[in-house]
Amino acid sequence: MKLNLILGAAISTLVVALALLSYVWTPGDHTTIDIANRMKPPGASGLLGTDHFGRDMVTMIMVGARTSIAVAIVAVGIGMGLGVPLGLAAAARRGGVLDEVIMRGNDLIFAFPSLVIAILITALLGPGAVNAIIAIGIFNIPVFARIARGAALPLWQREFILAARVAGKSRLRISAEHILPNIANLLVVQGTIQFSLAILAEAGLSYVGLGAQPPLPSWGRMLADAQTLVAVAPHLALVPGLAIVMTVLGLNLLGDGLRDRLDPRLQRVRT
Amino acid sequence: MSVLTIRDLTLNIRNSAILKGISLDVEAGEIVALTGESGSGKSMTALSIMQLLPHDAAAQGSVLVDGADVLTMPEKALCSMRGRTVGMVFQEPMTALNPVRTIGDQVAEVLRAHRAASRAKARQMAQDLLVRVGLDPQSVPPSRYPHELSGGQRQRVVIAIAVALRPRLLIADEPTTALDVTTQAQILDLLQDLVAEEGMGMVLITHDLAVVAGMADRIVVMRHGEVVEHGAAAQVLSAPQHPYTQMLREAATHKVDMPDSPAQEPLLRVENVIRDYPAPVRLFGRAAPKRAVDDVSFVLNRGERLGLVGESGSGKSTLTRAILGLEPLQGGRITIDGQDVSAGDPAARAKVQVVFQDPYASFNPRHRVAKLITEPFHLIPDPPQGAAREKLIGETLTSVGLKPADADRFIHEFSGGQRQRIAIARALITRPDLILLDEAVSALDVSVRAQILDLLADLCRETGLTYFFVSHDLSVVREVTDRVLVMQSGRIVEQGVTEEIFARPSHPYTQTLLAASPHLPDLEEASDDTLV
Repeated sequence: MKLNLILGAAISTLVVALALLSYVWTPGDHTTIDIANRMKPPGASGLLGTDHFGRDMVTMIMVGARTSIAVAIVAVGIGMGLGVPLGLAAAARRGGVLDEVIMRGNDLIFAFPSLVIAILITALLGPGAVNAIIAIGIFNIPVFARIARGAALPLWQREFILAARVAGKSRLRISAEHILPNIANLLVVQGTIQFSLAILAEAGLSYVGLGAQPPLPSWGRMLADAQTLVAVAPHLALVPGLAIVMTVLGLNLLGDGLRDRLDPRLQRVRT
Repeated sequence: MSVLTIRDLTLNIRNSAILKGISLDVEAGEIVALTGESGSGKSMTALSIMQLLPHDAAAQGSVLVDGADVLTMPEKALCSMRGRTVGMVFQEPMTALNPVRTIGDQVAEVLRAHRAASRAKARQMAQDLLVRVGLDPQSVPPSRYPHELSGGQRQRVVIAIAVALRPRLLIADEPTTALDVTTQAQILDLLQDLVAEEGMGMVLITHDLAVVAGMADRIVVMRHGEVVEHGAAAQVLSAPQHPYTQMLREAATHKVDMPDSPAQEPLLRVENVIRDYPAPVRLFGRAAPKRAVDDVSFVLNRGERLGLVGESGSGKSTLTRAILGLEPLQGGRITIDGQDVSAGDPAARAKVQVVFQDPYASFNPRHRVAKLITEPFHLIPDPPQGAAREKLIGETLTSVGLKPADADRFIHEFSGGQRQRIAIARALITRPDLILLDEAVSALDVSVRAQILDLLADLCRETGLTYFFVSHDLSVVREVTDRVLVMQSGRIVEQGVTEEIFARPSHPYTQTLLAASPHLPDLEEASDDTLV
């Protein structure tokens, strides 16, 4: 029952711990090229072998995790930071001009295929981690806006909100004081899912060369670099590929587990 | 032969005993009322008969439906039993019907599911059944969808589905609780007719003793999963034996000792108020707006207790919200102490507070009681702080019958009645001039309701409370108000001194309302010869 939560939390914590550890210690140096030692299989040199420049794969994965997580945190942060207030504002003015403007703006963003626009943005502004963050972040805004609005609307009909209005509180204050804490669990769950999607998106952008630039390692570019060498050294593709899959899986399990735990409707069934 | 025989039924859900040895019988053509307050196990008894219990429930004993024990019946036999031998009518007709299928299809589906008729035959039978439950095909054809019907018409469809296969036993779980009084009377008549005509047995589950009074042959009173009293209806209602039944009986016709209202000066003035709801936007233009409150005027004096009665859709709630300044008006004005409430002036708003119907939805579940009840302090320029605030919180909680220590607890730790006390504390804490009670006791059990009404009387006596009591329950309004307004379709059709209106209603609508509301027979004096 709680297995997914435990497993998800364990994997997610492991990835974050590795990323943080890379700031103070790594087995090797990701900027030093050692051509003599290139493409060593796992075990022969370091735990996971070396890449085509002779860099230690464990180090590359650890520093790459740093990139992925940093991009995902900031991108989801942008989405939440802008999307949630917009959604709350739309719900507070349901049916009004503000609601229409915000939600139709959301529809507009949703109408574009996200990865294509992300490619467009990075192509226009130049490739790099910061532009990848902006591109991914923009597409997180309507997701959070819709979730926040959808969850807030039924709350506005509840009597305790009416009571707060009778107490003369402004819509802004009610949104912050009563609505937001009551939808926080939903936002946390959606946050973990968006986080995993952001990691995938960052890997995708890096894969086509529009994400983090060398010498900063990135899981997506490690995959791209490895694709011509798959026959010679399969571990070059397998290791970053597995890192992406495991991280996304872990975050999704965490999201599911949190939803089971935080959703009061599911809780009532259990007790 | 009995259509239902329950012997020593016990039910445990996760080691907590829900039913503790229930025994009851229902004969063909007989109506047995199962009554009790929330948590008494009456609905669980009904679900045991249908074997629709939660999956972690363990039942023991025997439940014989038409001679067969449903507790040991395999699932396949149960499926054929449900609907065919036992029909069920639920409380909320809107959720009991599928919103995307026509009512004719839904009735026909039951016949088809039990292979009782061919497709064409089923359609014809469905139409006949709808006529039988009072839905004339001229006005309500079987091609209608549930949302196109009124609450009472929907409940008729649910009844048609329940009786489609001429079951031996009909279970009605609070069939009229969600309906207005006039509709309630019609639905109860219909059920009574069906039982008499078809010779079914019926189990009528209700919390309302007055509903039972006119209908049931026998009454079973339950409490905490046990039968505390059962007997002939007239006997149980007019000379209850068990202390619990006596308490229920007393609470249902509870007499509230209201103090006289003091000298009068106008406090709230409602003048020619009009509130229109814009109609939904159609493909081409808009339909005409719906007028929810139509030219309503009245005056509420300081120290007076004013009632407002009317059925659902009469505009009661809209008017209440308008007085709170939550609805923009299309005409007229509402002033309290000369200040306009719709202007959003905090000083005017601070003079009015409100208690809502649902004690479970009225509070933010994440705040503690102290924070919940001090929310109206927001309206006051300089609310008390520190020790003075603590003291006021303690005093207010004490005045509604709670303890100052309750301030640190969360709302889910309280029962429905206690929550309603907290709601009253929240309304009282700023010492407003007027409190609106919007169906404030409608969701409560009768015994709790009696306590809350007594609390209101006490508060009137101690603080000279002025309130506006909105309710669909005429008997309660009669007890706790000095004057009453009767509202129909957005208009006030009659107003006057409560006792006079109830004794001599002049408007036909008021007369209908009063005639439709169920009454309990008078209590007999418990003399020894009636007990034998």
